[in-house]
Amino acid sequence: MMGSENPGFEESHLFASREEMENLVLDDPLTTTTTTNNNSYSSFRSANSSISDAATRHPLSPPVLSTPAESDPLLSPPVFRNPNASDNNSYIEPPSYADVIFSPFDDNSANEINRVDSTSHDLDSSLTLSRSSSSTSDYIKITVSNPKKEQETTNSLVPGGNTYYTYLITTRTNIADFGSSEFSVRRRFRDVVTLSDRLAESYRGYFIPPRPDKNVVESQVMQKQEFVEQRRVALEKYLRRLAEHPVIRQSDELKVFLQVEGRLPLSTSTDVASRMLDGAVKLPKQLFGESTAVVAPHEVVQPAKGGRDLLRLFKELRQSVANDWGGSKPPVVEEDKVFLEKKEWIHDLEQQISNASQQAESLVKAQQDMGETMGELGLAFIKLTKFENEEAMYNSQRVRAADMKCLATAAVKASRFYRELNAQTVKHLDTLHEYLGLMLAVHGAFSDRSSALLTVQTLLSELSTLHARAEKLEAASSKIFGGDKSRIHKIEELKETIRVTEDAKNVAIREYERIKENNKCELERLDKERRVDFLNMLKGFVVNQVGYAEKISDVWAKVAEETSGYAKDSC
Amino acid sequence: MEQQRSLSGSSQSPRSPSSQPYISVSVTDPVKLGNGVQAYISYRVITKTNFPEYQGPEKIVIRRYSDFIWLRDRLFEKYKGIFIPPLPEKSAVEKFRFSAEFIEMRRQALDIFVNRIASHNMLQQSEDLRTFLQADEETMERLRSHETGIFKKKPADLMQIFKDVQSKVSDVVLGKEKPVEESNPEYEKLKHYVFELENHLAEAQKHAYRLVKRHRELGQSLSDFGKAAKLLGACEGQVLGKAFSDLGAKSEVLSAKLQKEAHQLLMSFEEPLKDYVRAVQSIKATIGERANAFRQQCELAETMKLKEINLDKLMLTRSDRVGEAEHEYKELKAESEEATRRFETIFRLMNEEIVRFQEQKTQDMGVAFHEFAKGQARLANSVADAWRSLLPKLEACSSA
Repeated sequence: MMGSENPGFEESHLFASREEMENLVLDDPLTTTTTTNNNSYSSFRSANSSISDAATRHPLSPPVLSTPAESDPLLSPPVFRNPNASDNNSYIEPPSYADVIFSPFDDNSANEINRVDSTSHDLDSSLTLSRSSSSTSDYIKITVSNPKKEQETTNSLVPGGNTYYTYLITTRTNIADFGSSEFSVRRRFRDVVTLSDRLAESYRGYFIPPRPDKNVVESQVMQKQEFVEQRRVALEKYLRRLAEHPVIRQSDELKVFLQVEGRLPLSTSTDVASRMLDGAVKLPKQLFGESTAVVAPHEVVQPAKGGRDLLRLFKELRQSVANDWGGSKPPVVEEDKVFLEKKEWIHDLEQQISNASQQAESLVKAQQDMGETMGELGLAFIKLTKFENEEAMYNSQRVRAADMKCLATAAVKASRFYRELNAQTVKHLDTLHEYLGLMLAVHGAFSDRSSALLTVQTLLSELSTLHARAEKLEAASSKIFGGDKSRIHKIEELKETIRVTEDAKNVAIREYERIKENNKCELERLDKERRVDFLNMLKGFVVNQVGYAEKISDVWAKVAEETSGYAKDSC
Repeated sequence: MEQQRSLSGSSQSPRSPSSQPYISVSVTDPVKLGNGVQAYISYRVITKTNFPEYQGPEKIVIRRYSDFIWLRDRLFEKYKGIFIPPLPEKSAVEKFRFSAEFIEMRRQALDIFVNRIASHNMLQQSEDLRTFLQADEETMERLRSHETGIFKKKPADLMQIFKDVQSKVSDVVLGKEKPVEESNPEYEKLKHYVFELENHLAEAQKHAYRLVKRHRELGQSLSDFGKAAKLLGACEGQVLGKAFSDLGAKSEVLSAKLQKEAHQLLMSFEEPLKDYVRAVQSIKATIGERANAFRQQCELAETMKLKEINLDKLMLTRSDRVGEAEHEYKELKAESEEATRRFETIFRLMNEEIVRFQEQKTQDMGVAFHEFAKGQARLANSVADAWRSLLPKLEACSSA
């Protein structure tokens, strides 16, 4: 029809619906040279779009991108791990990202005319830097895919049996311990719950990433496909987080989970229901003194809650009440002032992160809406353009139609940019959400600590009670010449009980100290990694905003230029 | 800041040679007067002109919105065929009637309205315009209150309305309810164009208005986000905390810029679009007038024919009613010719008006698009600059 300055746009002015707008063929900066954006910009753009591929953003992983040419989703993002050999908890020192992502900025960069170039160029060079150093580090890359419906094979009352879903869990790794570099298993969600419970037992005091929720209600209410997909994504995220935890990635539990096919064996301490049942059976015997009323040392390393020993539970409960309401100070208290301050600070931090996360969501929504409305405006003007052209009786109409088309094209382009901007913003600000999830893990670790402390306190109280009883018996017995056979026997028994309890106490104290140490290390790790992750988030967010603002500005500057003939004389 | 908006279209400095006829009007200084439900806004209307019919080089009067309506209605009555410039709507929502934004939008629209009239070669001759621009406030109030509601029409006009209704009814009864329309394909095309155009424009304007809202919403969310970032920064402390605080501060700066741009967008882009829609509605009113005029012309022509036949009959029968009939016929003929003239005037004027309208709108839209693009580019640049200024600091944080 009319002369068009945008060859790619020619066929696109006939759209009437929003879906069609999605497919609008606009100037593709990668293929045309008419836009001000050139090669370096295009690589920045495709670098941005490669983020939108599978790679999940995880707080502990560097947000470095694969190069534009990369298309293999299974190739992991480069993970930098330099095991700190001196620390037997082996928490990993994150690398410095400054050199990797940004070349040093000079003062002139802000004044450079072709600003887009400088930003993207820096990103480009940083991308190549990161790529080359990836091959020397070890990695575990986990993918969850291929959900399949399966039948429960055991007898059940319902004809046809229960069905459940399994997921294919593929691992690629270069860590020698695994024995193989690539392997898969099929697992159901129940296995994940098991894994999570066992990790909780074995790694008390650590910040263990929380597992996905069971979502019982949602599983009934949602569409099956949607729910399964949602779960698949959540599982993948969870397993990846586990694999990035410097300590947990080496755990047997994880290894077994990832490699060994078949039902995950439930250890005796994991089955809550059976534990409670056992405990209920044991309790009467304990109360009547028929079985040991003491806590076995090996059980002391687990918290009382959720355990079999109901009596122990009651004792610790009584102790905790005494702690809170009793007049006297408990035998041992949380003395570490540093820790207490840190705990309060973490609580505050969590609130601020939560707040920021909420506002980030609002921001994302507002950016989304902006893009949408801009696009709708563009579409409306495209329709107007078409209309004026079809019905034109005067040249002034054709001129106006041309102006409208110019504006409409720009609006649609800008709309696209807003939406791309937003997709990236989501990825960056997602770090905030991730850290909220991590806070749950922190709470878990802190409560490991307090329950271990409670166990110690309880045992100490118990010991002092037992000692007091023994003293009384001995005093009474010594009054009888020749000894009191029954009393002596009782004293022997008591002494035995004291001995066992002493052992348990020592174990409990060791466990408590161990957990305290784990807490400390994890807090340090959290601090270090959080700083890095948040800084990267900020950088990513800001770079993203700058990049897209520049693109959007260019689009409109062109229109302003082309309509400059209408400019009023006053500024 | 009074700008010269002379009919010649070219911009002139206020010190143009007085030999050139010029007239320029500005509507300024909105002031709220009165109390409660009776409250209203008054405007200062300043006229600068060297037209001989006008008093002095400058005249200032106080006017209110209903005075403008009076002017528009008078012009619409007298200058059928001309697209009378549109007025901003009465505010439907009480809440916003006195908001600063609404008042400013209305003032701008009223200013444009009067200037369009003043720069139209026919409308500017209007006596009503002179009255509007010069009469003292009491006179204006008297004139204005005359025109409210049904009392707008003089008794003769009222009669005409009743007659029209009557004839319409009898037409229906007699089964003559076919609307009389021109069989003019070009005009049909124009009508179709006008009606369609209104729909398209209304949609564009709707999205433009939404876009203004989106700017405000984005501004608000940036402000909230900034605050949250600052709080998080305070909690984090040290280098990272500073980074968050800086980010928060920039967010708040950008929030303010967005609010500003939203206002600009409203005044320089959305308003012109709304104005365009109103203009099209004004054209529709003129189309209505033309249809009326055409119908009248046809009816009178038909009635005249009947009268002629009747007269001939009477003359043949040498009735003594011939004289009366002749007189009636002459009157009718004059009326019919008058109606034809009226219609033809409208026809001619409309043709001129449509050309002028298209040209004017291309100009108006061009300006609006330019301002829009400028505003968006300016905003995007601010955004880029603000965020970019953070990068060196963030860089420093990483290497620290």
